Amino acid sequence: MSAKEAERFLQPPGMEKPVASRESQWREFWRLLTKNRLAFVGLFIFVFFFLIALGGLILTSGTKPFFDPAVVRLEEKLRPPLSSPKSEILGSDRIPRLGLYLFGTDELGRDVFSRMLQGAWVSLTVGFVAVGIAVFIGILLGGISGYYGQNAVRADQMLVMIVWLLGIGLSVAGKAAVGILLLVGGSTLFIFSRGWKRNEGRREPSGWARVLWRKTISIDTLVMRFVDIMLCFPSFFLILTVVALLPASLYNIMVVIGLTSWMGTTRFVRAEFLSLREQDFVTAAHALGVSNWRIIFRHMIPNAIAPVLVSATIGIATAILTEAGLSFLGLGVPPPHATWGNILSDGKNFIFDAPWLTFIPGVAILIVVLSFNLFGEGLRDILNPRLRERS
Amino acid sequence: MLSFIARSSIQKIITLFFVSVISFLVIHLAPGEPSQVDPLNPKFTPEMVERFRQQFHLDQPLYIQYAYFYRDLLTGKTASWKDNQPVLKKIWERFKNSLLLFVVGTVLTWTLSFPIGIRSAIFRGGVYDRSATFFSYLLISIPGFFFAYILIILVVSTLHVPVIDMETFGLGNTSWLRWLMDRVWHLLLPSVLGATGGIAVLSRYVRSQMMEVESQDYVRTARAKGVPEEQVHYKHALRNALLPFVTMFGLILPGLIGGSVIIESIFAWPGMGRMAYEAILARDYPIVLTVNFISAVLVLMGTFVSDVLYMVVDPRIRL
Repeated sequence: MSAKEAERFLQPPGMEKPVASRESQWREFWRLLTKNRLAFVGLFIFVFFFLIALGGLILTSGTKPFFDPAVVRLEEKLRPPLSSPKSEILGSDRIPRLGLYLFGTDELGRDVFSRMLQGAWVSLTVGFVAVGIAVFIGILLGGISGYYGQNAVRADQMLVMIVWLLGIGLSVAGKAAVGILLLVGGSTLFIFSRGWKRNEGRREPSGWARVLWRKTISIDTLVMRFVDIMLCFPSFFLILTVVALLPASLYNIMVVIGLTSWMGTTRFVRAEFLSLREQDFVTAAHALGVSNWRIIFRHMIPNAIAPVLVSATIGIATAILTEAGLSFLGLGVPPPHATWGNILSDGKNFIFDAPWLTFIPGVAILIVVLSFNLFGEGLRDILNPRLRERS
Repeated sequence: MLSFIARSSIQKIITLFFVSVISFLVIHLAPGEPSQVDPLNPKFTPEMVERFRQQFHLDQPLYIQYAYFYRDLLTGKTASWKDNQPVLKKIWERFKNSLLLFVVGTVLTWTLSFPIGIRSAIFRGGVYDRSATFFSYLLISIPGFFFAYILIILVVSTLHVPVIDMETFGLGNTSWLRWLMDRVWHLLLPSVLGATGGIAVLSRYVRSQMMEVESQDYVRTARAKGVPEEQVHYKHALRNALLPFVTMFGLILPGLIGGSVIIESIFAWPGMGRMAYEAILARDYPIVLTVNFISAVLVLMGTFVSDVLYMVVDPRIRL
């Protein structure tokens, strides 16, 4: 067969162009998004909010910020929105930048507009970092449990794990010396048992080896029982406990919200991985000799990401609400940072004298959380292939 | 069935053990100690602190403290560190108040969300469906305490009824009717607030379940046979759509404790959530741990009940 013939064989006449439409995944996504009006509005508000938060961060931080949220004007406290400052009393450096109090002032005469700008970024970070932590843990544990879940944990590995856990526990509990000793001991045990297994692995195990290499429970069971344990804690109550006991800070709140909300993601990712690993394209990748690592990250995660994205979007909304709830109970982000939850819970004391202090942050939280929820639900519809075929 | 019950009870007891260990560790490893709550109080002399530590075994290693604590809990002898009252008695008193709120809220949720969801599913895409969808998103997205304040202002300024606390302070001896109406008014607002989130979520779920079932073949067959529309909706579709909700009955049990902290704080309702919150602030660990333990038991019982119910209702399920 000559080269030309071979070419004709591979590309018969009339088949020069690919048969499938060349619409990329993103274009398809965009087309479906513009059709789903609520989701589109949600995305629009979300982008708008993101830009405001970014702008707010730039305009309110630094030593001499453009909008200063910290200027106290006791002469001008509780002024209603859109009122103009009395410039003769204040002096030129304390007049708000816009020349009027767009959202009024609070009980210390601080400009609510600047504080809202500053708080937007803080609320956004709380949401994103908390959900980032949750999604990271969720994908990690869910992926392990779904992909390697059938492998059993051997008794010696179990032993090493228990020694490690004890070591960590003791070193946190204050007995650092014993704890570190246990950690080191666990590590030597780990290295020793690995080496032993590698040397003797081919032979029939005998004596001690038979006891130590006995299969206990599968990794899947281990991870899922851990999820069950974590689900037993009432989440808001757990967050409340930890936040109240730890010193108040922005980072503690983000980390605690993240560490208590990864269980749903783990379950989604596990379920997706369990069904994906049985599919033909994964088998094909295995047959081609693709490494496990590459199969997970290149082939499986992109296919499993849809429900994670949806739950992450809704999770951000929940995290913002949780932060507001904590602020209401007096356990929120401490004072130098203004957050929307903070402003709202401070404003409730003046709800009859200065309703704008309650309503402006309240409505702002409502709109942002609503947009996240709408976008998340829209995303669920868009990423659902069953619905995609119909439209 | 019996083997399932035995297996799952063992599993749940193991889970409960780990929950107790983790909650104990979380609380005791946090920085600070209950004996240091009030260092400026002149009554807290070093001897006092020492006696306090000895009395509550705080000078022992953690695992011995753990054993002491759960021995006391299981024999019902745990005492609050704050006032030395038995914890279970304190919790039981608050529990009754929370239960009232919870029952009214749950009844409201379940009676309202089914009609709303079913109507949305039947007239899907219509004005009613779209506005119900929008309102349920609105109710999910509103910060609970902000919504509570709006409602309080509305009710108090238009109807002029007091709503804070369980009953009006200093009402004294009045006729029973007056007393009853007072209690009802005080109960109404917090339970409505507790129910709104549930109504929003549950009605959406009812709607999607209903729509799923209505697209099944047997519903089409029923229509083709000429069964009246009413009967198709309520006899063929609804009955099958109800299946997953049977299991949800078990899962609402833990809501008794978790969700009510904020609402109980706003309305000064002497319930369990508020007691737990106050105990956390005062570092009254026995109460915090006991509430945590009870709620874990409720969660596990809830999942167990829902599994069993599912098996009873749906003969295809074998666990």
